[in-house]
Amino acid sequence: MKTYTYIEKKDTRSGFGAGLAELGRTNPNVVALCADLIGSLKMDKFIEENPERFFQIGIAEANMMGIAAGLTIGGKIPFTGTFANFSTGRVYDQIRQSIAYSGKNVKICASHAGVTLGEDGATHQILEDIGLMKMLPGMVVINPCDYNQTKAATLAIADYEGPVYLRFGRPAVPVFMPENQKFEIGKAIQLTEGTDVTIVATGHLVWEALEASKALHEHGISAEVINIHTIKPLDDEAILKSVAKTGCIVTAEEHNYLGGLGESVSRVLALNKPTPQEFVATNDTFGESGTPALLMEKYGLNSNAIIKKAKAVIARK
Amino acid sequence: MADTQQLKDLTTQVRRDILRMVHKVNSGHPGGSLGCAEFFVTLYSDLMERKEGFDMDGIGEDLFFLSNGHISPVYYSVLARSGYFPVDELNTFRLINSRLQGHPTTHEGLPGIRIASGSLGQGMSVALGAAQAKKINGDNHLIYSLHGDGELQEGQNWEAIMYASGKKVDNLISTIDLNGQQIDGSTDTVLPMGNIREKFEAFGWIVIDIEKGNNIDAIKKGMAEAKSKTGKGKPVCVLLKTVMGNGVDFMMHTHAWHGKAPNDEQLAIGLAQNPETFGDY
Repeated sequence: MKTYTYIEKKDTRSGFGAGLAELGRTNPNVVALCADLIGSLKMDKFIEENPERFFQIGIAEANMMGIAAGLTIGGKIPFTGTFANFSTGRVYDQIRQSIAYSGKNVKICASHAGVTLGEDGATHQILEDIGLMKMLPGMVVINPCDYNQTKAATLAIADYEGPVYLRFGRPAVPVFMPENQKFEIGKAIQLTEGTDVTIVATGHLVWEALEASKALHEHGISAEVINIHTIKPLDDEAILKSVAKTGCIVTAEEHNYLGGLGESVSRVLALNKPTPQEFVATNDTFGESGTPALLMEKYGLNSNAIIKKAKAVIARK
Repeated sequence: MADTQQLKDLTTQVRRDILRMVHKVNSGHPGGSLGCAEFFVTLYSDLMERKEGFDMDGIGEDLFFLSNGHISPVYYSVLARSGYFPVDELNTFRLINSRLQGHPTTHEGLPGIRIASGSLGQGMSVALGAAQAKKINGDNHLIYSLHGDGELQEGQNWEAIMYASGKKVDNLISTIDLNGQQIDGSTDTVLPMGNIREKFEAFGWIVIDIEKGNNIDAIKKGMAEAKSKTGKGKPVCVLLKTVMGNGVDFMMHTHAWHGKAPNDEQLAIGLAQNPETFGDY
């Protein structure tokens, strides 16, 4: 079985910051906007090197989304930065009308997604953003898993013409994906090969899925782990190919089961090959204050939860 | 500069277009459209520096953004009569498979439109972004925008109004259509907004009044003054006092025709008051 290790932990938002800084050097059309969260979004380097291409909007996210839409008229590629909560729910109609329906080339970059935001609590821990964004016609939804993949995704979306929602997080997590990887929007990455169960994970849950697969292997269970960094468009083919072999699937995400990755996978299976599925996701609830690790444990979002669901779904075959 | 009589004649034709468009589909917003007909005609025929044809980026020309998208009939009529698309296409307003949606959109690729609007309060932010893009591009053309007065009740406007002056966006002329009416009644009865001029001034804008917002000479003069105030470190606001339903006597001075189409008889009266000038579509 292929195993993954890591030397260091880094936050995915720093991967975004590094990608944005690189874009500042390589793509003169890239501009950045922020609603008073430069440090949290790690946008400092881009701003330092390209002050004329940065727009500090202040605490006014609705205005930021509109300004971003307007900047595309004139050929700019705007990257907006704020927390996931303020990037989606707070400004849904601005994104819907001025960006998605208008077909504007805006990159909505959202940090601090999910419960791993931690101590700030439920007001800031959005668990509904994937659903909100994937429902918008034409919106691409990406949730990379580590620093390297977030950096690669940031670079890739600048070359894609159209609105994109890029979701990442606050805590330092293992860096296990290769540096300078090519990021293909909509193309899932198979991390381990297995025959008993497919585990399709996104964001922070990808590492947890790898940990789970190791533990399952010790119990004689062969798990195939797939890193689904793009939730929309979903890589139907990769999912169907894997379940044809394993016959069951666990989806894992730091998001409500309603509206998340799991539901998108269910649709693919229902239309093509009805297959037993279990969901590692929050159960229609808000989060709360606490450390990221304790919250992941309490809300059933870690490797232990994946192991449990994997065993349950195998039993349903 | 276009001859005032020609602009008046075009306005009359635009009024006919508006009435016929909303009558045909028995829906749409004639009141605000008629109130802004002189403004649109002057803007597109006299004021804006426009390139031939249409491209989305609009580099090297003035751009216009309509925030109160429900007055799409006047927008479509003036765009068609300014050469952006065939005048005959006005026949398809609000019909299935049309590029002329109830509210303006880029989605169907209608030339002349650069942003969807309809959900109110978003246009000024978009105009600000386009204005900032012009600055980065070293393009010294201007951005114009139009907003309803009732629309100022949407909070996003005030985010944009604060930003515009705070960041010295001085290549923007935002016009407020002060007709004092909204769907549920007069703006004063629905939600009194106090002194709009003082509010914009308090937010750091230069404010120009056009008291006779349905008079083409007054619009020309006021907008020329507004234009002369651009490039001085402050955004410019024009308070355009208009009469809703202007040019059709029974539609004037009331909110009743905000979103209601005339019947056959009312259409005939309205058209009789606005004889054909440039040819019906």
